Amino acid sequence: MNAKGKVIKYGNNVDTDVIIPARYLTTSDPAELASHCMEDLDEKFISKVQKGDVMVAGRNFGCGSSREHAPIAIKASGISCVIAETFARIFYRNSINIGLPIIECAEAAQDIKDGDEVEIDFDKGFITNLTSGKTYQGQPFPEFMQKIISADGLINFIKSSL
Amino acid sequence: MGMTMTQKILAAHAGLDSVVPGQLIKAKLDMVLGNDITSPVAIKEFDKVGLNSVFDINKIAIVPDHFTPNKDIKSAEQVKICREFSKRMGIVNFFEVGQMGVEHALLPEKGLVVPGDVIIGADSHTCTYGALGAFSTGIGSTDMAAGMATGEAWFKVPEAIKFILKGKPRKWVGGKDVILHIIGMIGVDGALYKSMEFIGDGAHALSMDDRFTMANMAIEAGAKNGIFEVDEKTKQYVEEHSVRSYTVYKADEDAEYSEVFEIDLAAIKSTVAFPHLPENARTIDNVGDIKIDQVIIGSCTNGRIEDMRIAAEVLKGRKVHADVRCIIIPATQKIWKQAMNEGLFDIFIDAGAAISTPTCGPCLGGHMGILAKGERAVSTTNRNFVGRMGHPESEVYLASPAIAAASAIAGKIAGPDQL
Repeated sequence: MNAKGKVIKYGNNVDTDVIIPARYLTTSDPAELASHCMEDLDEKFISKVQKGDVMVAGRNFGCGSSREHAPIAIKASGISCVIAETFARIFYRNSINIGLPIIECAEAAQDIKDGDEVEIDFDKGFITNLTSGKTYQGQPFPEFMQKIISADGLINFIKSSL
Repeated sequence: MGMTMTQKILAAHAGLDSVVPGQLIKAKLDMVLGNDITSPVAIKEFDKVGLNSVFDINKIAIVPDHFTPNKDIKSAEQVKICREFSKRMGIVNFFEVGQMGVEHALLPEKGLVVPGDVIIGADSHTCTYGALGAFSTGIGSTDMAAGMATGEAWFKVPEAIKFILKGKPRKWVGGKDVILHIIGMIGVDGALYKSMEFIGDGAHALSMDDRFTMANMAIEAGAKNGIFEVDEKTKQYVEEHSVRSYTVYKADEDAEYSEVFEIDLAAIKSTVAFPHLPENARTIDNVGDIKIDQVIIGSCTNGRIEDMRIAAEVLKGRKVHADVRCIIIPATQKIWKQAMNEGLFDIFIDAGAAISTPTCGPCLGGHMGILAKGERAVSTTNRNFVGRMGHPESEVYLASPAIAAASAIAGKIAGPDQL
């Protein structure tokens, strides 16, 4: 599986309250959630995001609330992958469970600039910055998590093992 | 190699003699929790599995506490999904308005969580029950769905940071100040993926309510869980609230920790976390002149009876500043009744504060005290992120009930000694 797109970059400690503010949590409809994604941090996100774009951020991405609405909103906005230096642990679990591709890679997250074109090879964990020509090796998923991802999320994984 | 408290609990629930940090395990669950925001998503996922029953009708708790009493039609629909699912599955611990309280104050009070348990909750502050010596952690809706279906969850065994607490906190300083001090020291990702283990004579000197406050905010340091050693106070609390039997786990002498901190509780001053991260901690003597518009005293962090008593001690015989709205929210019906019977409501009302039925409401900008553009609140809640309590250009300052109550009177951030 591969992803390719233009980078939208944010800083450290992007919390789930700015990814999707609680005032919109009266719905779980992905399209409706996506229409408010990132709005308290970056009002322009929703008008500029293109299908396939890659979100890049610093440390502790997705900290705060356990709301699964956060990765759901990012996925439904068209983002194909999130690259960060580190992820908050509940966000990390939730992303795997709902099938939002994420990669932890500190070097890539620091180097890659807003607007760069990047390509990600999920099977190998490779990140290529097509703008600068630089490549990075992301943190690969443990085998157990790869099984969940290849089953297309935790619920399908459980269904297949019942 | 020795094991930490958390590692021992996880090993026992995975049917293993021992575990090591980084190991992936599947653990049996003693409790699976959800609220009115996270449960509807979990129910949708659960129904995809195609099962007609949950793993155990006694080991699931659904607490509609966030946008309740229903703040609008959409939240009423969300709670209806929770209610109908609970009826359909026969879930025993569904708490309707009237029995409902803020989930992390409610579950220990109802005796549903005890030492040695493994608990997951689709709410990040599920780590609160670590105060009882349980392994308790926040997860998302899909994990909740899987937990309800199978009674199990996968975990990566965490490393731990040890906090050796010594001494006793001074007057007006409590669990909130200690945990804000610690988060200020290690940062909002200082314990990422790790356990925070609290031990020492200082930990034993803290009340159960102070311990709940501290374990509650372990997530604000990025931790997987926060956990206190079980002592006589824990046992007394559990025996007063629960009929369940429990197991006490103590860390091995040779357990390994990635870091060890020694903290003298007597040296900690009242602490306030400035916008927009809980790590922006400042002691009360360094806050400057910050005028405020609102005070919230309540939440899963500080809505318990001791918090109510402290607020009353400060507010007694005084008046809330004319420019401040002071909203007090006892976290459960039991706490509400107790506060009322102790005469605390007379003090609150005479001071000019409003008292609300239990709800998470304002903490996450849901309802019951939303901030307008440019407004500032001192709040005993747990997060001060951008837009957390309302307008993206509003500000939340996190503090103890003592500081919050004193600030309500002063009209600016202040401690009781400055009144």
